[in-house]
Amino acid sequence: MSAATGLIARSESAARLLLDLPAGEGFAHELAAGEVLRIVDLHGNQAVDTLFFDAADYANRYSAVDTLREQGNVYLGLGSQLLALDGEPLVTIVADTCGRHDTLGGACSQESNVVRYGEHTRHMHACRNTFLAKALAWGRGLDKRDLSANVNFFMNVPLSPAGGLEFVDGVSAPGKYVELLADRATLVLISNCPQLNNPCNAFDPTPVRLIVWPA
Amino acid sequence: MTLAPQEPLLDAILPPAASLSRVCRRGTELTIVDRDGGANVSALMYRAEDPLERYCMPDTLKAQHVSRLTAGVALYSDMGRVLASIVEDTCGWHDTIGGHCTPEIVAERWGARSYQEAGNQWRRSAREAFLVELAKWGLGERDLVANVNFFSKVAVDEGGALGLVADHSPAGAHVKVRFELDTLLVLWNGPHPMRAAWHAQPVRLVLEACGAAGPEDPVRLSCEENERGFAATEAALR
Repeated sequence: MSAATGLIARSESAARLLLDLPAGEGFAHELAAGEVLRIVDLHGNQAVDTLFFDAADYANRYSAVDTLREQGNVYLGLGSQLLALDGEPLVTIVADTCGRHDTLGGACSQESNVVRYGEHTRHMHACRNTFLAKALAWGRGLDKRDLSANVNFFMNVPLSPAGGLEFVDGVSAPGKYVELLADRATLVLISNCPQLNNPCNAFDPTPVRLIVWPA
Repeated sequence: MTLAPQEPLLDAILPPAASLSRVCRRGTELTIVDRDGGANVSALMYRAEDPLERYCMPDTLKAQHVSRLTAGVALYSDMGRVLASIVEDTCGWHDTIGGHCTPEIVAERWGARSYQEAGNQWRRSAREAFLVELAKWGLGERDLVANVNFFSKVAVDEGGALGLVADHSPAGAHVKVRFELDTLLVLWNGPHPMRAAWHAQPVRLVLEACGAAGPEDPVRLSCEENERGFAATEAALR
């Protein structure tokens, strides 16, 4: 195992799930405690917007602000524990060949696109629509109230000491990946971002590969 | 009912570790005064007409390319509308990425105190207070989102390390927030969750009528994004 990236050789043949998720598509899946989810940025610079919920209590969901404060840093990376509202981890980043992921940029929506880029973007596809569609399809009461803080894997949103914030070119590249170990049973909701108006997807949204290994 | 413009709609002291929730109407402004210095006031906001629409930290930050809140910054909802604007600010930076005090933080850092042993000096956390206030409006844990921390500065270094800046808010500092939509406001007055020492003192709240943002309003004109955000806000009132 490499201490720098947490890499452990895992064979795809041992996986219990492997799928390629095209840009603009969503994915809802429950991880059992001890399972590992790998998200592979197949073509590079693709933002993967992701929500996490305690599978036993969806109200107890990922909290970006608690996570950042407790780790003392605004970027997620190897070793980051993604905390729920109860202060305990849902998943931990156990491998990361990219190095830095955002959790302050939120997910794109039709409404925020109009504010950021203008009326002509109102009917472009957006992550929060994907989240809503997937939440409703998953059922069990998930709805708009559950679209809270998300992680943007492979996305680069640097903050400046003077109080600025920018969306800039990704630090990712084809084949970079991140692995998440479920610290408890966790529902994962993903939108593979269709945003075309900023560099988060290098203006060319592309598929990502999702692989789950059993505990 | 008519009110003289100089007559406040509310002029109250919020004691340490106390909370409140109320609807603040469009065209009113709330001045929060850090009378003694070093205050932190944690705040949540929801659209009163439909609380499914709520303050959205990420949309606020990315629309305006900021990671701090100060005068000229609009506080966006998750539906592309402006719930409120910061129209005056004497301390230059208010935090919205640090979160709020949980019962665990209070217990581990300062020691839990119960009402039975401490009376009104008990240290109820922001999390507990928020959930109680939200419950008064039929809201709950699923409605807890990233909050604002008025009077607190959390800065990052080049590597992204977070730090709470000590002694950021001097005695007498104030911030003035104008509401652009009828807004359910929830406040808790107590220490920032990154603060080492328990430090809480009263803050003064003054709510006054001020009128809605005009066409030349500096918050509206501060960036193209805000011009579109204010237009979307006004469109929702038609």
